[in-house]
Order: sequence, then C-alpha cells, then structure tokens
Amino acid sequence: MSRILAVDDSTSMRQMVSFTLKSAGYDVAEAADGLAALELARQEKFSLVLADVNMPNMDGLSLVRALRGLPDYKFTPLLMLTTESTPEKKQEGKAAGATGWLVKPFNPEQLVATIQRVLS
Amino acid sequence: MSNIDLSRFHRAFFDESLEGLDAMEAALLRLDVGQADAETINLIFRSAHSIKGGAGTFGFTAVAGFTHLLETLLERVRSGQRQVSQADVDLLLRSVDVTRAMLRAADGGDAADVDAVARLGAELEQALEMKPAAVAPVAVASAAAGWKIRFLPKSDIFASGNDPLRILRELDRLGQARIACDSQALPALADAAPETCYLSWTVELRGDCDEGAVRDVFAWVEDECELEILPLPSAEEEGAKDAQPPAAGAVAHPNPSPEGRGAEKPKLKVVEGGKEPTQERRSGDAGSIRVGTEKIDALINLVGELVITQAMLQQIAGNLDPVQNEKLLQGLSLLDRNTRMLQEAVMATRMLPVDAVFSRFPRMVRDLSTKLGKQIRLETVGEGTELDKGVIERIADPLTHLVRNSLDHGLENAGQRIAAGKDPTGTITLRAAHQGGHIVIEVADDGRGLDRERILAKAAERGIPVPANPVDADVWQLIFAPGFSTAEQVTDVSGRGVGMDVVKKNVQALSGQIEISTRPGQGTCVTIRLPLTLAILDGMSVRVGDDIFIVPLNCVVESLQPQAGQVRTLSAGARVVKVRNEYLPLAPLHELFRIRTDAPEPEAGILVLLESEGRKVAAQVDELVGQQQVVIKSLEANYRRVGGISGATILGDGRVALILDVAELVRGYARAAAA
Repeated sequence: MSRILAVDDSTSMRQMVSFTLKSAGYDVAEAADGLAALELARQEKFSLVLADVNMPNMDGLSLVRALRGLPDYKFTPLLMLTTESTPEKKQEGKAAGATGWLVKPFNPEQLVATIQRVLS
Repeated sequence: MSNIDLSRFHRAFFDESLEGLDAMEAALLRLDVGQADAETINLIFRSAHSIKGGAGTFGFTAVAGFTHLLETLLERVRSGQRQVSQADVDLLLRSVDVTRAMLRAADGGDAADVDAVARLGAELEQALEMKPAAVAPVAVASAAAGWKIRFLPKSDIFASGNDPLRILRELDRLGQARIACDSQALPALADAAPETCYLSWTVELRGDCDEGAVRDVFAWVEDECELEILPLPSAEEEGAKDAQPPAAGAVAHPNPSPEGRGAEKPKLKVVEGGKEPTQERRSGDAGSIRVGTEKIDALINLVGELVITQAMLQQIAGNLDPVQNEKLLQGLSLLDRNTRMLQEAVMATRMLPVDAVFSRFPRMVRDLSTKLGKQIRLETVGEGTELDKGVIERIADPLTHLVRNSLDHGLENAGQRIAAGKDPTGTITLRAAHQGGHIVIEVADDGRGLDRERILAKAAERGIPVPANPVDADVWQLIFAPGFSTAEQVTDVSGRGVGMDVVKKNVQALSGQIEISTRPGQGTCVTIRLPLTLAILDGMSVRVGDDIFIVPLNCVVESLQPQAGQVRTLSAGARVVKVRNEYLPLAPLHELFRIRTDAPEPEAGILVLLESEGRKVAAQVDELVGQQQVVIKSLEANYRRVGGISGATILGDGRVALILDVAELVRGYARAAAA
C-alpha cells in the first residue's frame, strides 16, 4: 500500500487530508512541521509527501530541499500544499525540488484525484 | 469520494483557529513597530494564512475572504514591501477581533456584526490600496478535434519527482491518446545514465477537451520540458510515420507502448519495480493530540475509584500478619506507589499553564490604558505554572476584575505618578507559583495603595458594619463587602463596584482564599490561593454518631471544646456560642442530619468554627477524626442533591462520607438570624 506523509501545522487541515486519503485507501502518516516530517522521512520511505508551505520550525520549501537531498527521496513525488497560487511561489517550490503543488482551498475529491494521478 | 463530510473537521478547525488568533494577538502586542522581528511577523502571517486556508477548505467563505485581506497585508509586511505602523497593528488587532467573531458565528454562536466586518474589510482594502480585482484573463476554450502534443522532457525531469509516464497516462484520460515514443536520443546501454530521461513523445489526443485542460496536465513540468500543443486540424488520419517503436528495456522507467490506431484506447501498462519493501507501521505523531475533557474526566474518575480501592486493600492488609504475608504486603505497597503516580499523571493531563488566562491581559491592559489615558506596563511571572483546566476557566473572571481594578483605581495617571516621584509608567504584575498543593496567583500594582480613611468613610456611607478600632486587615476586608465601591466616579472600566464581593465569592467557590496587602503610595497586591484541582479536596474528617463527614479544610477556622456556660439558648430556641466576645450560631450536625448520637450536648462534643463569605458558625460534632485528601464525587450525579451537602467521597474502609457544604450551612444560619 502506498504510504503518504502529510505535513501541515494546521491540525484540521492535517486531519482532513489524512482522513480523506485514508478513505481513499492510502496509508497516511502525519507531521506538524518540516522538522518532524524530515525525522519521519528518515525512518521510512514514503511513496509521496504532501507538505504545507508555511509552517513553524521548518517550512515546506526547506523540507522539500532537504528531502531531495536524501537518496531515498531523489525521485519521490513531493507535493506542496499552498494557498499561494501566484507563479512566483510555484517557481520557488519547483526550484526547491517539488514535484508539483495543490492549491488551497481544495476539496477531498480534488485531493484524491491529484494523489491518484501521481501514485496510480 | 464525494461523501466525505467535512463538518467532522470543523471542531478542530475552530479550536486551532481561535488558538491561532490568540497567538496572533499576543504577537501583535509584543511587536516592536520600529524594528519588527521577522519571526514574530512570520508567526502572525502563518496564523492568518492557516485560518484562510482552513476556512476556504471547510467552506467558510466569509472568513476566508476576510482573512485573505489580512494575509495579503501581512505578506507585504513579511516580504518587506510594507513597513508595519502602529496604525497597522491597531487595524490588525481589530481584524483579529472581527475574525474571532466570525469564527464564533460560524461555530453556531451569535451572528457576527456584518457591518463591522464590511467596515474593517474596507479599511483593510484601503490599507492595501487595492484596486478592484482585475478580471483574470480567461483562456478562450478553443474547440478542436483534438491536439497534437509534442513533449520533450528535459533529461533531469526525474529529479523533480515527475514521471513522464504519469503525464502520458493523464493525457490518455482526457480522450483518445495515440502516443508515440521517440527514442532516437537513447544512447547505448553502457553509456546510458539511469537517472536521465532520453525519451520524448508525440501524442495525438482526440476528444472533447480544451487546450487549458491539456496544459493543466503539464502544469507541474512546464519548466522541465519543451512543449508544443497544436490543434489537430481534422479527424483525418495522419500517418503513424513519426511513431517509432520504443527501445525495449533500455531505461529503467517503463515505456508506454505505442499502439496502432484501434477502437480501443491504448493501454498503458505500469511495471512495478518491485521495490518498496513493506515497512513497519509508525504512527505519525504530531506531538500532541486533542482529547475531549469528558474523556479525561472519565479517566480521572476511574483513577479516583482505583485510589479508593487501593486504600481499602491497604486497610484490610493492615490486619494481616506482616511475616506470613510479606510478599502480599510488598505487592500492595508497590500498588500504592503506582496508583499514586498514575493519579498524578492523570491529573496532569487536565493541567494547563496559567498562561491560558494570563495571555488575555496584555490586550486588555493595552486597550484600557489607552482609554484611561494612563501609561501602564504589564508583567507576567510564572505563566508556565500549571493548574486544572476547570480552575483556569473559573478564575479568569475574578482575575479580569482584579486587573481592571488595578488599572482603574490602583494606578495613578502619569502626572500624579510624576508628582509622587514615581516612574510615570505604572506596572501591573501577574505572578503565579506553586506552593505545596496550591497555586498562588498575585495581582500586584505599584499604584497609590488602598486608602484607609476613604474606605472607612465609604463603608459608613454604605452602612457596612465596621468592627470597633479596626486594624488595617479588617479595613481591607471591607472592600469585599457587597455593594462597596471607592471609585469617585463609576467608570465604564470597572463598573459599579459589584466586583470585589463577587471576586471573593468566586474564589471561595473554588475552595480558594483571597488576601490583600497594600502600602499607601506603593501599591496593592491581591493574593489568591487556589487548590490545584477541583477533583481533590483537603478535608477534615469529623464523626457525628456513626457517620463521618468531611469539612473542607479551607473553611475551618478553629476547633474547641465548649465550657459550660459558653453556649446560650436564645428565646426562639436557637443556641449561640460565645467565642472571644463573638456570638456564633451553634449548628449541631446530628440535629441537622438527624443522626443518633451518644453526646447530644455541645459540652460533650467538639465545636468546629467554620467560616464562609465572612460569616461564621460553630458546627457541633462528636469527634475530630483526622485530616485527609479526598476525591470528590458528585452526589447529584450518583444520587440526588441533598441540602447542606456539596458532594461525597469514599473512605478507605469503603464507606461513603458526605462533604459538608459550609457556604450553605452558614447562609442558612444567617437567614435564620435575620428572620
């Protein structure tokens, strides 16, 4: 089963993402910030990481940068979860090594569709 | 998938958003306008950003719209485009209030003030100098029979986690895709780098989809490929000449196999690499979890039962032969220790730092000092001190009152302070600390102090009884009398002097005590002592007949054995006892609760002097048994409300002991005396 790491400092958002993905049959681990996520990602290899951009301790861009540096995550889809739909933000994400992004607000259907596209 | 009900996440969203607003407010208050600290700005931004994101996702469009403005303003500050001004801070603080009101409204509370929202929204827009949102150019959906797509990924496309295969598969979903792979760039196997993409594709997509949909598929890889999207002129056949067979197995990544045109959609086969060993499942721990208080209360209750059972065992074991039962007794003492540790640990889950209430004061002090035209600084000490959530919730109002009193009555304005040779800025200090099983909270100011003469004059004016030759402590106690107020004018800050008596009552309802110390010209300090938790009570156990009652220790003034002649009977049959020139009503508990006792006369028993709300009674009991901590059980929940009893507990021998409601007892006698 594909195991996904959902990273967001907002509990409700994390719960929603986690619940939605679990309902779609994925196995989900959660982290509240980039640092915690990196720690988890070092312990096991996730099939996909979905990370918020703005977080305390370590933001999403730094997380993506750090993950891309790990051998296990060289080709892993790393998606940014962001409210900023401006091209600059997406550019920053891409430059950091993100695979793509998902623009908030999104509904559960969009989330699952995106993840399925990437993990099918 | 469409059946996911987002409302299940609303609770968490509201909770964390309100917390976020609190954090935002606190950060705004400590923001140094001249040199804004980047981390503080970031924190403020993140709060607004999270609320906006959540509100959008969970369908609270009004909140999302409003916080979007906030976020935009904050983004400018964060990126250095805008210097944050005092006016901005004010605007942001008011926005915090409005957002809070909107969230409460969305959470089923009172409807938010629509005008206030609109007004502040307009102010924010003005601050942002926003032009009416430009209509985004809408891509003209050109209808075509289909698209011819040329997709040349850059060689390092895999490094972004993007897989050309995924993109091709997606195109296939849009319509009928005829995919041809160009493997000309593929080197000999020996020279091929496994992480490099050498392939490119041409796709003929037939179907009813617009160019935007096709471009969306490539959105993530725009910069990692060369892309050409041309409308297919017609449904006419184009030869399959540019389709070349793929070089089988040359690249680690599975290739889509081009298929000849047919009625069927081309099938793309995914070859799983067979890696990804199943990993041990780990929980994604996020550091903390939210648990409903009722769950914790149930846990506390169960642990309370366990403590009682344990005490019972201990008592039974006391009769056993220590030599013969050595192992059993050892086990019991271990159980005793573990039970106590468990109880402490469970109690700790209900504990919150007192900061939960302290944090509301910076804002209040800021707003009120502006209103009152005073310069006031707020200092908090020991805000990490923990106490029971229930106590925290109920201490907030009394503390608010005390702080307001200090702001309004205690502290002088700058002119008066300078005249008195003091720092023009007054200080209010909130201090919390643990002392034994209690928490001590102080509200101290360095203001003018209480004025003995004014208090006495006011008491006389209000007809409040004053003891003869009162010492200072007696005088200070007067301000706790109902209806007392020394403010020369009733202000809208501290109201009509309904305060201090209510404060005292609230503190006593929490089994706490309140004290005042003051020095003229130097300030006043109000000290509140509270038990750490409401679930446990320090009690004195007393015997009446065959029953044991628990008297809350904080109500006990003293105990004495009355001498003959100390007790007198009044005309109505009521009895009083004279204790040091004070006549106190006598409350024989055996009569009140109709219990048979061998010692009905006061002289044969013990009198326990109890105090509540400034009044005293002498409760007559047969014997003082001891002092102990008891776990409070609700009598109402388990039986029904009983007059004069506030709750029950279970003793070590398994018997139920009732806890005396001293406040009610005292009130009953006060009414009888007044009648």
